[in-house]
Amino acid sequence: MATAEPWQKAEIPGPTKALVITKPEVVVAMLQRAKRPILIVGHEAAETQIGDKKLLDYAIRISEVGKIPLVATGHIVGEFVKKGFQPAASMPAVDIGNRLVDSEWKGLDGNGNYDLAMLMGITYYMEWVLFSALKHFSLNLKTISLDRYYHPHASWSFPNLSVENWAQNLEMIVGKLGGA
Amino acid sequence: MSKKNIQLKIKELKSDVATIKDLQLSFGRLVTETWTEPMGPTPFPSITTLREWDHKLLQRYKPFYMPYCDVCCLCTFGKCDLTAGKRGACGINMAAQQSRIVLLACLIGASTHTAHARHMLEHLIEKYGHDFSIDIGGINIEVEAPITRLVCGIKPKTLGELEEVLDYCENQITNLLSSTHTGQEGNNIDFESKVFHAGMIDHIGLEVADIAQVAALGFPKADPEAPLVDLGYGTIDSQKPVILCIGHNVVPATGIVDYLKANGLYGEVEVAGLCCTAHDVTRYNPKAKIIGPISWQLRFIRSGLPDVIVLDEQCVRTDSVLEAQKIKTPVIVTSEKNCMGLPNRTNDPVDAIVTDLTEGKVAGVLILDPEKVGEVVVRTAVKVAPTRQKFKAIPNVEDIIQRAKTCTKCNDCRRACPQDLPIMEAVSEASNSNLDALTNLYDLCIGCGRCENACPNDLPLHSFIVKAGEKKLKEEKFKIRSGRGAIQDVEIRNVGSPIVLGEIPGVVAVVGCSNYPHGGKEVIDICQEFANRRYIVVTSGCAAMTAAMYKNEEGKTLYEMYSGSFEAGGIVNVGSCVANSHIAGAAIKIANIFAKRNLRANYEEIADYIHNRVGAVGLAWGAYSQKAAAIGAGFWRLGIPVVVGPHGAKYRRMLLGRKDREEDWYVYDARTGDRVYVGPAPEHLFYAAESKEEAMVMIAKLCMRPNDTTKGRAIKLTHWIDLHKRLYGTLPDDISLFVRTELDIPITMKEEIHKILAEKKWKENRIPDPTLLPRMIRKRKEEA
Repeated sequence: MATAEPWQKAEIPGPTKALVITKPEVVVAMLQRAKRPILIVGHEAAETQIGDKKLLDYAIRISEVGKIPLVATGHIVGEFVKKGFQPAASMPAVDIGNRLVDSEWKGLDGNGNYDLAMLMGITYYMEWVLFSALKHFSLNLKTISLDRYYHPHASWSFPNLSVENWAQNLEMIVGKLGGA
Repeated sequence: MSKKNIQLKIKELKSDVATIKDLQLSFGRLVTETWTEPMGPTPFPSITTLREWDHKLLQRYKPFYMPYCDVCCLCTFGKCDLTAGKRGACGINMAAQQSRIVLLACLIGASTHTAHARHMLEHLIEKYGHDFSIDIGGINIEVEAPITRLVCGIKPKTLGELEEVLDYCENQITNLLSSTHTGQEGNNIDFESKVFHAGMIDHIGLEVADIAQVAALGFPKADPEAPLVDLGYGTIDSQKPVILCIGHNVVPATGIVDYLKANGLYGEVEVAGLCCTAHDVTRYNPKAKIIGPISWQLRFIRSGLPDVIVLDEQCVRTDSVLEAQKIKTPVIVTSEKNCMGLPNRTNDPVDAIVTDLTEGKVAGVLILDPEKVGEVVVRTAVKVAPTRQKFKAIPNVEDIIQRAKTCTKCNDCRRACPQDLPIMEAVSEASNSNLDALTNLYDLCIGCGRCENACPNDLPLHSFIVKAGEKKLKEEKFKIRSGRGAIQDVEIRNVGSPIVLGEIPGVVAVVGCSNYPHGGKEVIDICQEFANRRYIVVTSGCAAMTAAMYKNEEGKTLYEMYSGSFEAGGIVNVGSCVANSHIAGAAIKIANIFAKRNLRANYEEIADYIHNRVGAVGLAWGAYSQKAAAIGAGFWRLGIPVVVGPHGAKYRRMLLGRKDREEDWYVYDARTGDRVYVGPAPEHLFYAAESKEEAMVMIAKLCMRPNDTTKGRAIKLTHWIDLHKRLYGTLPDDISLFVRTELDIPITMKEEIHKILAEKKWKENRIPDPTLLPRMIRKRKEEA
């Protein structure tokens, strides 16, 4: 049973909590509406197994089919390169967070800041405070957690999911974005 | 030197012109000056004296706030929702609220260290006198108190002269704390400046505490060959009565050692420590033993080995008395700050206290006299040990298997675990008689016990893990070099030039607590990597202990494999938390002893020197405490970057540079007054890394400084790029920002770097004599 409470139970956020993604179409609709989405992928994506795939594989597919620039945080840029995928940037998680709260930032390509940030694969409690930073200080940015666990500081988040359920959701997102 | 509260009374004075009766003169402070160095611009700085310097740093390293929650609940107006631009009833916004919380954390840390120093100093003055000389290294240490000299502008020579230093700290902490009241400071950058001030005060408190104890208690005095001492559960002789001292203030433990020695009992009783008291009791007597860092508290208590537990202050589990009761061990608490609800028996006869403890009439007692602590603890341990017979609170394997079968698989244990360890899965395997998964958790568990509190079936899950890891626990037998204290002046002279020129690629201070994201092995790997690369690695506190918990194929620990000297490739344990002052002190002494910069009350200039020239970086991989925050803040004000592990993100704000903003990275060339772009070096001031690999690459990067010579920069680039290639699998994409001239390019990497530079349309720049302070410009352009 999927529940919408923080994975680490004591991580209570406050009055403003993430809306629950009850079906993957929500993510797809948000992406289709966004003018400047960005996907931020942490080091756990290279370690997290989902069936016969890694979370990193999903990240690549979402980035490719959605034409979404991908930022590899932590040390995992090389893991992407090994798979023949070149991230738009490799930078620390706190650095990309710090850029996103700057309304003057021109983005990775110089064309302006982003209006939708999706995060996955960063250690839960660190991603938790990163979402919080974005919630409080990036007022024009919507955020989505694509991780398996509920992230209350995001704008939208999956509830706590089983691995199978998570895989189905990620597959649906890739499929509806036009991927195989 | 100044003397306080001098009073002169004259009953009757007759002269040719008058008779004076009952004359009384009182002097607040009498200065008898012997230090010839001229007084600098900022003696005993107030909260705002160094504000301009702070703002310079904060302009470059802007705060990035990561709130823990949306509300403020510090007054009865609240809770106030501060989400996304809202202001609270007092008018505060989220940025100011976060910096306010950071300040509160740093003040908790600074007051804790300062109060520790005050207690230590009062005790030592009472025992050894006001005039006891501060000798912390004989002829090897001329600058005995670099932080105090730098901040206060005084040169303390005796214990008594440290009192006014602490008076100053206490005054500043009070003022800083008052600024956090509702309706006081409202600007986040000014709060941040106060955070830096709190950090600087913290460092003074650290320094006073350590130089006082080093001088008076006979600790190793700046000794690179301080004794190698035992560390680890397996080093404890369980046949003997065992006394366990937990905390940070060594005074009660010295009372125990003194009593044992005076009564010929030393070899017959084990004295072991946890956390920084452990460091300091081995500095007092190298036969004492260190169990390990703070995270070993529960596992060691539940093992049943301690026959008496002595608590002093800081980082002591607040349920220690309850845990001790589980193993029928009496507890002696020794600090006014930490009374644990126990009766104060300080003035009772020793015989009566020992009887009550040994007969189990009381769970423990409070004794505030360290000498009495010594006698009560030893006599109780000797008497209790034969009857306790190391009664333990760890279940046996069959108990674990049976109780594991009652697990309802709610997974609350995992969801309470700070490290998200798969405890439920391990328990599930245990129910099938396989403890391997529990054993695998042993090295990763930080010993907080939250899993047990979360379990609706009251399964003692931490004890399950400890039992499953029992073999490893018992094999924990290591050597650590006892805390050496300060860095010698001659060592500074030897390494000053290669550090400032960049030829020693950096000083990496691996410090702090043990809230590691993936166990202690990562700390060991980091220490070894940088020592092998000929950085100077300095350790302290729990991290210093963790660094000892690995042996090579020859059975040697890092402290046996590497030099204890402050030199390239050394791994230098300075000691406990308060010995962190010697790390800051070493950076300050490089500016003073090597570069001949005036030290006295000359904070801005020295910090500017360190920030631009001394390639030092702090790493607190498992930092958890407010004290760690305060220590970090002291380094920030000196312009020294600090890296923390992912848990450090919970400190709620980073201080991050923006390498994409060229305008942030200009300095003055002190020779000409020109403003020169020097690249983002160092890029950040406070930074949380996701992974060990990221931290290692960032440490190497943060060691770069504008003043590096071309040879030095080439060496630093080599290490950074090499680590990046190995750990990230790619070349860094921002190399061009760190290459100033053609000569900076490492010879072995010329081809690949030239290609990158061409792509980035890189242009050669010049290397200035860097400073952020206009007053340091020797010749202004307009005067030329």
